[in-house]
Amino acid sequence: MKSRTEFEPCEYEFEIPPFTKEMKKTHMILAPDIFPVHMDLLQAVFRMYGYNLVVLHYTGKQVIQKGLECIHNDMCYPLICLTGQQIYALTCGDFDPRKCALIQFQTGGGCRASNYIWLVRKALHNMGMDYVPVISLSFTQIEKSPGFRITPMMIVKGMVAIIYGDLLMLLRNQVRPYEAHKGETDALVERWNGIIAGQFKANKGLVGKKFRDNLHAIVRDFADIEKLNVRKTKVGIVGEIYVKYSPLGNNGLEAFLDSQNCEYMVPGVLPFFMTLFQNHITDHELYGGSRAKLGINRTLLRAMRKIEKAMDDALREESDFTRPLPFDELVKLGEKTLDTGVKMGEGWLLPAEIAELIEDGYSNVICAQPFGCLPNHIVAKGTARTIRNLYPDANLCPVDYDSGASVVNLENRIKLMLAMAAEKEGAV
Amino acid sequence: MKRIGIDIGSTTVKCIVLAEDGRMIFSLYERHRSRASEKMAQMLDSVTEKFPGEQMQIGLSGSAGMGMAQDMDLPFIQEVYATRLSTRELLPDTDTVVELGGEDAKILFLSDTMEVRMNGSCAGGTGAFIDQMAELMSVTPEEMETLAEHADRSRIYTIASRCGVFAKSDIQPLLNQGARKEDVAASIFYAVVNQTIAGLAQGREICGKVLYLGGPLTFFPALRNAFDDVLHIKGICPENSLYFVARGAAISPGTKAVDPADLAARARSYQSTHTYPGCRPLFCSKEEYEAFSKRHEKDSGSIKEISEPNGPMYLGIDAGSTTVKAVLCDENGDLFHPLYLPNSGNPVPLIREYLSDLYRRWPEIEIAGCAVTGYGESIIKNAFCADIGIVETIAHYTAAKRFCPDVDFILDIGGQDIKCFKIRGGVIDSIFLNEACSSGCGSFLQTFAGVLGFSAEEFSKKALLADAPVDLGSRCTVFMNSSVKQAQKDGASLENIAAGLALSVVKNALYKVIRIANPSTLGEHIVVQGGTFYNDAVLRAFEQETGREVLRPRVAGLMGAYGAALYAKDHMEGRPSSIINAEGLAHFSHEVKTVVCNGCSNHCHLTVNTFGKGPDARRYIAGNRCEKPLGTDRQSVHLDMFAYKYGLLSKYRQEQADDGRPVIGIPMGLNMYELLPFWHRLFTELGYRVVVSGESSHALYVRGQHTIPSDTACYPAKLLHGHMEDLYSRGVRTVFYPCMSYNLDEKKGQNHYNCPVVAYYPTVLEANVRHPEGAKFIRGFIGLHDRDEFTPHFVRMMGKYGITLDENAVRKAAAAAYAELDGYLKNVRDKAAEYMTLAKEKGMPVIVLAGRPYHLDPEINHGIHNLVCDMGAAVLTEDSVAWLENAFKTTVLNQWTYHARLYSAARYVAGKKDLNMHLVQLVSFGCGVDAVTTDETRVILEHAGKPYTQIKIDEITNLGAVKIRLRSLFAVIGESDTGRKE
Repeated sequence: MKSRTEFEPCEYEFEIPPFTKEMKKTHMILAPDIFPVHMDLLQAVFRMYGYNLVVLHYTGKQVIQKGLECIHNDMCYPLICLTGQQIYALTCGDFDPRKCALIQFQTGGGCRASNYIWLVRKALHNMGMDYVPVISLSFTQIEKSPGFRITPMMIVKGMVAIIYGDLLMLLRNQVRPYEAHKGETDALVERWNGIIAGQFKANKGLVGKKFRDNLHAIVRDFADIEKLNVRKTKVGIVGEIYVKYSPLGNNGLEAFLDSQNCEYMVPGVLPFFMTLFQNHITDHELYGGSRAKLGINRTLLRAMRKIEKAMDDALREESDFTRPLPFDELVKLGEKTLDTGVKMGEGWLLPAEIAELIEDGYSNVICAQPFGCLPNHIVAKGTARTIRNLYPDANLCPVDYDSGASVVNLENRIKLMLAMAAEKEGAV
Repeated sequence: MKRIGIDIGSTTVKCIVLAEDGRMIFSLYERHRSRASEKMAQMLDSVTEKFPGEQMQIGLSGSAGMGMAQDMDLPFIQEVYATRLSTRELLPDTDTVVELGGEDAKILFLSDTMEVRMNGSCAGGTGAFIDQMAELMSVTPEEMETLAEHADRSRIYTIASRCGVFAKSDIQPLLNQGARKEDVAASIFYAVVNQTIAGLAQGREICGKVLYLGGPLTFFPALRNAFDDVLHIKGICPENSLYFVARGAAISPGTKAVDPADLAARARSYQSTHTYPGCRPLFCSKEEYEAFSKRHEKDSGSIKEISEPNGPMYLGIDAGSTTVKAVLCDENGDLFHPLYLPNSGNPVPLIREYLSDLYRRWPEIEIAGCAVTGYGESIIKNAFCADIGIVETIAHYTAAKRFCPDVDFILDIGGQDIKCFKIRGGVIDSIFLNEACSSGCGSFLQTFAGVLGFSAEEFSKKALLADAPVDLGSRCTVFMNSSVKQAQKDGASLENIAAGLALSVVKNALYKVIRIANPSTLGEHIVVQGGTFYNDAVLRAFEQETGREVLRPRVAGLMGAYGAALYAKDHMEGRPSSIINAEGLAHFSHEVKTVVCNGCSNHCHLTVNTFGKGPDARRYIAGNRCEKPLGTDRQSVHLDMFAYKYGLLSKYRQEQADDGRPVIGIPMGLNMYELLPFWHRLFTELGYRVVVSGESSHALYVRGQHTIPSDTACYPAKLLHGHMEDLYSRGVRTVFYPCMSYNLDEKKGQNHYNCPVVAYYPTVLEANVRHPEGAKFIRGFIGLHDRDEFTPHFVRMMGKYGITLDENAVRKAAAAAYAELDGYLKNVRDKAAEYMTLAKEKGMPVIVLAGRPYHLDPEINHGIHNLVCDMGAAVLTEDSVAWLENAFKTTVLNQWTYHARLYSAARYVAGKKDLNMHLVQLVSFGCGVDAVTTDETRVILEHAGKPYTQIKIDEITNLGAVKIRLRSLFAVIGESDTGRKE
């Protein structure tokens, strides 16, 4: 629901370099590391379209420190991590900043995240690196760059990459804690990532039978890994899209849970994107207005349902792994926990995923959120009571991540949740 | 086999031994001063002494016990869970446990669905907080208890309960203003109670059989009474209330058999196996440090200190938040007789003693002028008849200029404040002050030095030797506590922690307060001052972090007082000084009374200080939020858009007679401060009687605080819980408060969103407020931005709540409602134009006090608009001028309606270069959106050469810091005006 307004130029604005067609050939596009197993495949999709995308893997305190130096410290922690990685890359000597562009994802939603791209630009401006273009990656083309165009087909291919990543993550999380031979699961993830990236290069594995066959083969391979019959505490992880996945953002949450004898389930990335399309449709129902973009949103959502169904089929036909709820059912479940009109941040999806996890037997749920995240006041802490009323067994543990929060403090909270879980399981 | 439970908390170690039958036969409780393993070894020695040669089952617990348990391969039981275990064993019929520890607060709900809660990482008010407050009041914790018992219960001051640092800045001015220590002590306990409830109850009622556990609740009966009072219960503090966690650890099934003597030996030689990434050291060699020292010695200037008075002398006093400084200077500006003391909660006797001493030793001294600055300015000025009061920023600049005439950047880190200003063309150009939440300053270093058992000086010396300083981040004290604990756990030496803390003070100032993007923007001539810079480690860290060499005056800690003295020297203009003389001082007396002001609905607690006796007695009143009770100096004309808008809205809040119409209630908060005219008219047209919730107050907030799920949300949102309680308690059963993703579309930005909290807070109220039987809470989604779409969507939304409306009737009512809203907005704009003309005629400065509509709420703005008016300016609001500006390109995504107004208002002010018009931005604590808007607003203003001033507001009621900001601004405005005249 964007306004059509003429904007006067203003006194203090600075030049923003566009990402030109020329740059598509000469520049590397530096992307932060966001999702756990998806980035290689996403990179492959961008490269299919001729963009030299490089995923950054810098980690550690110096990365966070970079972020703190150039971003307002009261901004969201994810921004500090994301920007920290990108600016660190530009300043550490590994890249020639004159030959780099940065990329930031914009949902166009009503939370602060839509402003990330501008704050990165301000940071670059303040550092005298105005010449580094920052590309906006969005489904709705919030900004246009001459050298960067995203097509509906590219979105669909991106979503295919996401579903492979979601499937690999889902299986890894269900298999690795029980694997008989240490390292076998991770090696398999690695292997499949390589196979699919190779297929992508040849423009294969994206649609039709090859795509389906891949999914089935992946499920079979993971089902075949030898598993031990050991008891693990089942933990669900939901939260803000960045900190729930990123070890840089959540102090290595997954590794900590591994050390505490847990099996964790982290819902996939695809529902997050589907929610963005769904919200356009809901918005129209609630407020009316232009119908212009409804069609494309419906079409994309339909395409994603198909992709989603392919994964569901593979899981159902090849294994008895826990399957994620199909998106439409997730929406229905979500209606019980929070009105689906709530769309900022993770919106209604977050409590819906908590409900899904609990119904799947992951009743110990960590809600990973950045300290002071605005939507999380509403969708996470605000809905805890509703969740507890619906599921009296819910063992919820909100954790606020921040550059200043100490690891001990946060781990202690998780240990409390685990102690409660142990009692419920009858261990105490 | 006997069992041992050891609970290693943040400040104490508790060790117990249980006999085979579960009786506790041995117990110890001691502070560990961050040497937990040593203390544990000593305790185990005592156990061995008493029960020699016995094997025992052991369990460890406590926040500091986790790492040790891991490293020494001992069973660890999470401490909240340990409490749960021992409660289940000893008092199984308990409903709720409230446990306060050194740094943690916990609530356990045991009946029905079990829920356990710990305080978040942003919540201080616990044992360490009480200790800190006691120190602030210069009493022991035991004395605090005695004081609180003698408090006047009707004089409980409102002390911010969000976190310790906030509370501290509420308490300090109370003490400085002379409030009774008894009442302050009790108020501190009530603040702890409110904080625990607001942070942890999260919508669940604390009732039934309630247990009080942990150190503070065991040692302070007054704290228990405060809990009882607020919760309307009678909780019990059971026998051995200190040892529930230790007991839980001992009885947990995971314990392990050990030989205590053997374990003591292992604990003694315990070395953490963890490592941490170190920063570069402050100094690589002794030579480097010596060169550094020499340079600063040389630089520190030509100002002499004299030992005898030399002609007319000028006295400067800086009554700061934690220290009192005083110094005299002669006509040359040479220094004489400096004083630097902790203020111990009351600066008056210290200055009295200073003056008496002065008159006694140099009876002939001629004090030709006296200026006072700092938090205690007013009380000192009144007590001793000083001539001039000046704002701190001016005092500091005056002093810095003396040491470095070309100074263009000053950073002052004092006990509790960080002040930083840039100077352009001899005029203070922009000012940065720390917010109440980031007090990483001098008192912070001192506190940590104390905690670790050192004086501040020793601590600073240690830091210089650090080989790998710990990176502790740049957060507030509460966060820092846990970071320090983590560092200790990771094996960081005291030296490296001390250096890490010095670094964090500097980083806090640079990246949080000043927000530097690039050290080159700091200016050419940097002067650093304030007592904190006596610490060579801090000084070095600053130079290292910025890559610049700076000047630290020899009297760095005295600069405020010295500047005041210099100011007095230059501004007495031949008048005789009114300063109290030796005789007057001999008869000096000081009495304090507290009264409640009934001048307006604020009902401020006033402290009335009376100095001297009889007809010459002088009175000084503090605690007031406006000038009313003073009866003086009140600006006769108030051109105040805040008051005007509030008046316009109160028309809609009037109680209407019950004439049988159906009732619809509206909670007055957030966007209702703008949309009330719309909804009120709409529902009135549709045949409803509209009932609006009552005026906000802290009491109203407290009524709803137990239903707040997220304590870090902004205060305006949290107040709504009280408004809901208010509506329900008035018998309203249908409440209307819709969710709105979108705000009005004023075509000023790329979108017209509400922020997530304004948009969706109704869902939080729906899920967390206790709705009475039969209540209907209408919180569906609706937009007002598209007038054609409103009617059908509104009808449908109301239909979902079983309210069938006729579409035609709604269309008619909506037309009237839109007209009402348009009328209201036009009214506001017209009035602002009128005020601007009037202000111009009268030559008054104009301040656009820019926030969001809900900042109109007096409980949110704390009367700041009155303060501005009292300083002689006209007050406008952001919405009353924003519409005058065209849409323009910002350097952020301009997507929220309220914030688009803010940018527009800033640009409007920026464009009025010839007018004495300025903008002050109001920021709600916890408003994440403002992390985006403040930088942008600053750029808009500063690019046009206008100063930027930000005021952060919260539950906090202390206006001291606000006054400093505003007075600094007015000083800048004044100076730049005179600058122009020259």
